[in-house]
Formats: sequence, C-alpha cells, structure tokens
Amino acid sequence: MKLEGTYIINASKEEVWKAMNDPAILQQAIPGCESLEKISDTQFTAVIKAKIGPVKASFTGEVNLENLNPPHSYTLTGEGKGGLAGFATGSADVSLNEHNDGTELIYLVDAQVGGKIAQIGSRLVGGAAKKLSDKFFSRFAAVINGEEENPE
Amino acid sequence: MPDTGTITSGGIGDAVQRKEDFRFLTGRGTYTDDINRMGQTYAVFVRSPHAHAKIRSVDTSAASQASGVVSILTGADMVADEVGSLICGWNVVDRHGEGHKAPPHPPLAHDTVKHVGDQVAVVIAETLSEAQAAAELVEVDYEVLAANVDTGSALSGPEIHPEAPSNLCYDWILGEEADVDKALANSAHVTELDIINNRLVPNPMEPRAAIGEYDMATGEYTCFSTSQNPHVLRLILCAFVLGIPETKLKVIAPDVGGGFGSKIFCYAEETTCVWASKKIGRPVKWTSTRSEAFLTDAHGRDHVSHVKLGLDANGKFTALKVETIANMGAYLSTFASSVPTYLYATLLAGQYTTPVIFCNTKAVFTNTVAVDAYRGAGRPEATFVVERIVETAARELGVDPAELRRKNFIQPDQFPYDTPVALTYDTGNYEASLDKAMGMIDYAGFPARRAKSEANGKKRGLGISAYIEACGIAPSAVVGSLGAGVGLWESAQVRFNATGSVSVFTGSHSHGQGHETAFAQLAATKLGIPFENVEVVHGDTSKVPMGMGTYGSRSLAVGGSAIDRACDKIIEKGKKVAAHLLEAAVEDIEFADGNFTVAGTDKSKAMEEIVFAAYVPHDYPEGVEPGMDETAFYDPGNFTYPAGTHIAEVEIDEATGVTEIVDWVAVDDFGNVINPMIVEGQVHGGIAQGVGQALLEGTVYDKDSGQLVTGSYMDYCMPRADDLPSFRVDMTTTACTHNPLGVKGCGEAGAIAAPAALINAITDATGAVTVEMPATPERVWRALQENN
Repeated sequence: MKLEGTYIINASKEEVWKAMNDPAILQQAIPGCESLEKISDTQFTAVIKAKIGPVKASFTGEVNLENLNPPHSYTLTGEGKGGLAGFATGSADVSLNEHNDGTELIYLVDAQVGGKIAQIGSRLVGGAAKKLSDKFFSRFAAVINGEEENPE
Repeated sequence: MPDTGTITSGGIGDAVQRKEDFRFLTGRGTYTDDINRMGQTYAVFVRSPHAHAKIRSVDTSAASQASGVVSILTGADMVADEVGSLICGWNVVDRHGEGHKAPPHPPLAHDTVKHVGDQVAVVIAETLSEAQAAAELVEVDYEVLAANVDTGSALSGPEIHPEAPSNLCYDWILGEEADVDKALANSAHVTELDIINNRLVPNPMEPRAAIGEYDMATGEYTCFSTSQNPHVLRLILCAFVLGIPETKLKVIAPDVGGGFGSKIFCYAEETTCVWASKKIGRPVKWTSTRSEAFLTDAHGRDHVSHVKLGLDANGKFTALKVETIANMGAYLSTFASSVPTYLYATLLAGQYTTPVIFCNTKAVFTNTVAVDAYRGAGRPEATFVVERIVETAARELGVDPAELRRKNFIQPDQFPYDTPVALTYDTGNYEASLDKAMGMIDYAGFPARRAKSEANGKKRGLGISAYIEACGIAPSAVVGSLGAGVGLWESAQVRFNATGSVSVFTGSHSHGQGHETAFAQLAATKLGIPFENVEVVHGDTSKVPMGMGTYGSRSLAVGGSAIDRACDKIIEKGKKVAAHLLEAAVEDIEFADGNFTVAGTDKSKAMEEIVFAAYVPHDYPEGVEPGMDETAFYDPGNFTYPAGTHIAEVEIDEATGVTEIVDWVAVDDFGNVINPMIVEGQVHGGIAQGVGQALLEGTVYDKDSGQLVTGSYMDYCMPRADDLPSFRVDMTTTACTHNPLGVKGCGEAGAIAAPAALINAITDATGAVTVEMPATPERVWRALQENN
C-alpha cells in the first residue's frame, strides 16, 4: 500500500526539521501514540493504539530514522506488532522544500499490514492510513505553529 | 418423483419431516461448544501473521505470568513429546512412479510457518478471555520469507518445503497423451479454453471446535469434535499422530452444524487439545472463531487449467486434453492429494462418449492454508471443465448446445459403460434428464424471452450443465490400488430392544443431511415396524462399532446399504425363531410388512413377537443365540453415478453488470429416493453453494504479502436468499444396479452442476467466451463492454 501527500507548514525548514526529530512533538502528533521513547538519535520505541475497521490494536514497535540529510530529508522506517491483531511495517520518505508560506513537506509512505488487520480490514486499511497520515501531519503542523492542539 | 408404490407413513419414499429438526430449530441441539467438562480449560492458538517465515524464537515468559494461565505449549514441546506429523491418507503416485511429496505437517510449527494462521503456540488458561489476553503476550520473533500464493505461478515461486523441489507435490497423469494429441491433430475442430476454478472457503454454519480430555485413572482420552468422520479421526490421531491404541481414545462428534468436507480432516487444533489434556491433566477446549475458520479450515477448489476438446465434422467429440495446476496449500491435508486426481480426472468423460481423454495434474504447494475436499471435491472442477468446453465448442461451431450434448451422450443401451478415464458407469439415462429439463424451462421459448428482455434493456442468457458425479467412493480394493490408505466400506449395527424399539448404529455421520430421519425410514420399511420406533445413533466411536464417515455423497449408498444388510441378518435370524414358534421349516417362512408367515398359510408372527421371544427365550429354537442385534459391513462394488441436467436462465443489467438468476430447473437422477423432501433440500443447498462459487465467493491471498485479504464476511460474499430464484426441481430415475437400495447419493449434485450452468448462461448473455468466477457485477460489466 502506497500513500503520498504534501503539506505546507508555516515555519522554516530548520524548525520543521528539528520538530521532525523531537520525540515530544512526534508523540503529540502521532494519532493514538501512548509513548515514544528515544533510544538513540535515530531510534525510537513507540506504543500506538489504532483502530482499523473493526480491529482495535495496540502496536508496539521500533521507529528508525534513516537516510538522514538534514535539514532536507529522511526516511522513517517502522515495524509494529499488534499481538493477535497482526502487524504493520512500513517506511516513509519525508522531504522538505522551501516554500513561500514556510516549508513544503512531501511524504511517500509504503506500508504493509498482516494478520487480522489484513484479514478483516484490508479494504479499509488504505482509507484508515490516509486518514491517520492526514491527522498526523495536520497535528504536526499545528504543534510547530504553536496552535492549540485538540486531541481526540 | 420415483414410483415407490404404496407409501406408509415414515416409510421409504415418504417426505416425512425430519426428526432432528425439532431440536435444531428450537436451539436445543448439542454441539461441541455446548459441552463443558469438569475442570475444563480454554485454548487459544498463537498464529502466524506471516505467510512464510522462520521462527527465530518464541518467548512465553510474559504470557506465562498472565492471569489464569495454566500452560503455554509450543512446537518444541510437541517435538519433545514426539508428536507425529499430520498425515495425508492418500498416496498419489506420479507419472514417474514416485509417490507424492508429503512434507512434515507439525500440529504446532517449530521452525517455520508456511501460511497465515499457521499455529505456533497454544495458550491454555482458566477462562477464554484469560487465554486470549495471554496469547497477546506471546512474543514470536519471525524472519519473514518471500511468500508464494499464486496457483498458476507456484512452480516458479519461492520454495516452501525442501522436500518438494519447485513446490511440486506431484506431476500425475491419466490416459495416453500421444493418443489424445493424435486424435486432436486429426480433429475437424479443436476448441481451447483456459479455465480457472476459484478457491472457496467452506464456511459451515458451526465453526470447528474440540475438547480433549484425559482420564488419569483409566489412561483413556476423549475427543469431542466437530468431525464428519469420528472413526477416521480416531484412527489418524491414534495410529499416526499421538501413538496411542484406539481402545484408549473415544471420539465423539455430537450435533455438527455443517461440514461440506471441511470437517473430514484431522486438524492441528483437536490434535493439540487431546495431547495437551494429558500434559496438564485437565480437559482443554478450543472453539474456532469465524476469523480462524477463514484462515485454517481447509479450502476448496483452486485449479488453473488449459483444456482442448476435439470434434469431428459431425460434431462428435474425438478427444479431450486437460492440463491442470491444483493448489494444495502449504501442507497436504488428510485427503487433499486424491481430489484433483482420482476424484477429478476420472470424471472428465462427463456424460459423453469421448473416446480418448488425457489429464495431467500438477499439484503445487503454496503459502496458503491447505486445500482439500469441499462439497463435490474434484467432481465440480471436472464438470466445470467439461461443460464449459462443450458449451464453448457448440458456440464456436454455431450449433445448438443441447443438441451437441445429445449427439455425444452415452446411450442407455451402452451401460455398463467403460469410460477412457478408468470408471465404469453402471446405469443412466442422460437424454431423459436433458429432455425433461428443456421441457420445464421451455427451451424453445427462450428466443422470445430473450427478445422481451432486450426490449427492457436486459441481456438474457441460458446455460446448460449436464453433469455426472461419482459417489460412494469404492470399492476398497480399487481405491487401495490407487493409493488410498483406508478401506471405504461402512458399518451398521441394528439392535432391537426386547420391547420392539430399534437402535440403528451407523458409521456415517450426520451434520445436516438428515440421517436420523432417512436411515430410520430405511430401517422401518425394511423391518416392517413403525418409523417412530427407530432411533439412529451416530458420531460416537464408543457406541458405533466402526465407521468411515460422511463425505462424497456416500452415506446412503454405502452406509444405508450396510443398514440394509444388517436388517437382512435380523430378518434371517427372525425366520429361524419364527419357524420354531410357528412349527414350520425355516425355508417356508416368508417375511413381509413386519410379519413372518408360513408360506401359503395365515400362520404368522409379527416382528415384535419374534424379537420378544429372542430376548425372553423361554420357548426358543435350539442352537440359535438369544438376542436380536446384528452388525454388517458393506463394501460397494462400484461408485454410484448420479447425473442430470441443470439449466439456468439469467438476466443481466447492461448498466450495472448485475446478474439476476430468473429461472433454474434441475432434473437429477439419484436412483431410488428414501425421502424426497430431504433430497430436494440437498439439491437446493447444493445449487446455492454452486451459485455462491459462480457469482459471489472469491478467496484472495495478496500476491506480494501472502495475506488472506478476504478473511471475513465483509470481503467474502456468501449467497443469501435474495440471490437465489425459486428452484424448480424434478427427477428421472435409473436405479443403481449394484447396491441393495438402488440409490446413488444427492448431497453434492447441486454444487457440481451449478457453476457451469450459471457461467454458461452469463457468457451466453454477454457474448464473452469466459467470465471468471465469481462473476461479480464488475467482471460481467467488463465482459459486456468488451463484447458489445
């Protein structure tokens, strides 16, 4: 499954890049993120609750930052285990460009799901993932911009 | 309906209501999950979320600390206990004389997982919710391997078993290829077709379930199971997997809510429950969730074929060549290997006199759950091949498809008929059922109906399926020579009680077929006693002497014949007792309508009097044993060959591609019929399943990830009442020549006939050569765009 999108964030490239490496900001932005711990500069562990169609799961997994090219781009790779619900693996290529209104963020996600999520929710995964991505980046932009966050 | 002479209430030929329906329809049945044992624990399996992966480690430390956990067992524990591999009971010998490849099938995987849903560990806890919660905590570290799920390309995909190079299970042939190629080369016309038989999930209403129990005092195990054949399950568990004597395992399959083949097999879960019950010293219960059923019940069909039919200048078939790749799944299930060979290629003559036939089946392993027998098992695939290619040939040649069939039918005076694919059809009248079906649907009036549909913006099509099947797989000596590891007889015990009621013990298992009624009708008629006095007992190895179970429409033809034989023994013994009481010679005693009579006199004793005398033998013949309790084993002399014609008529909405089945006639020849209502119900159910395959049901494994993406009813579409028309069902009858009842079997016919009838109708309506199953509105709409 592949997803892509573009966001304009009202902040400088350097500010956005910093946020992209700040666990506290990422945790606020990731929907359903219960914890995000930095293990090293390029490695995090995360616990994320997600609901795809009828499947609710708590994913625990690792997130790695690769292909670091500050402050222009990196690749996020992750692998989450959801117990009986299955698993999700994926990568996101994120790149930043200067823009009249701040910074343009472009992402390209390639993700796979397995187990019960695939069995029951395959048809719903694309839509759910798109929704989660949109939510992530809009929150991310809001946090950087210092806007009031409305967690659901 | 066949003429059965005078019908007494509950006798043979009476459409008596089913005895079992009261408890089923009022929710009073006792299914495996309804049974709870003292001290019972609950099992939840940890299953692979990957299609193909190495197991690096299984960490149970957190899970074993969880609330209520009694035990967590893994593949390593099974290896330590020397639990055997699950087996395939039919060794198919390939074209080079080599036996099929049957790689190990461990009940709990220990080094690799080979399909999504493969069992890795079992968590046993005090309650189901505790077991589920703890299962979440079992950490399995996998090294994911490339998945191989596509039937057509499996031979060139990633290798799954080191024991099976190129994923080839066997490369098997039937017939002489050179003869067929020569006949095709000399044919005036050759029709070719690529045919896919779509993979199906069985979906019985009741999911599988099992309870294993071990009695430390006696060393005896009990397995409650949703099995279609409890004795065979006992045999496999004892002799091959767990290594215990059959005297130490009792298998009880109580009320079972449908099986359609998927409950024939010995699965990992019941094996694990029985094994674990001794390890933990408490009963272990497992009930499949619907999601698990999708992932782990053996699936059906899944063939990819290329077919050539030769015809001479007069439209007579000259040769048929079929090359099939059959998906076995990740492991060989209990009877998987026989399905695309001896239950498939042997039926490729259909109802026709095709003189030479060649079939090559390559069975392949994939990273999917096992594929095995599913309602029809091989025979629906054969009928689909034959009836699709015959229909296509008729269209290519511009001849009436009904007339092309008629021209090639085996004629009634040709029976017994030896086909070129190893079978001998004993009897039949194919033209009779075709004619009757054509009359019922008003075949001649079709062009007018089509014109009327066209006027309403609808495409109308008509499709014929003239099917044949082979039921009551037999005889044992023949199937043994073909690789079967078992005999295919059936046993029956008929036991009178002193007061005249009868218990009929049968090794056939009823899981929706209505045996409790039909077998009671059979015994009541044969013994001349009231239907109400007969109870049918099945599904318990400690009660029924022996059995081979229910599959392949065998129960009446084989199991019923065994009951008939046991009744014969009762009557023979009764004659000796009657001769003594009536002071006549045994040879002079005649038995009819429940009375033993001295020939030519009015001296008579009723069956009940004879039975009473046998149990209270105060005045009794010397040398005759007391009691009235007889057992018989019946090994059929041949298969039975039900056949018939189904005709479907459809209307297709050109704008949406939605197919509506507007009419369906089924004319079947099942030989003699015990209960016409049950038979008609079987035909309805079979057609519904065939319609499901043709229109709605498609099993999809994602080609890259190997995930089952049609793993729930959100994505796997089952037929509902409003998908089906009111079927019009009738019969013709040629009685089976080699069993005492003249019966053939009816359980699978609808599922065998229906897909070809429907796809022939849809291709007729759309003008497409092929519309793949399931013919969803999208596929039909595309076919319309491409052909109009």
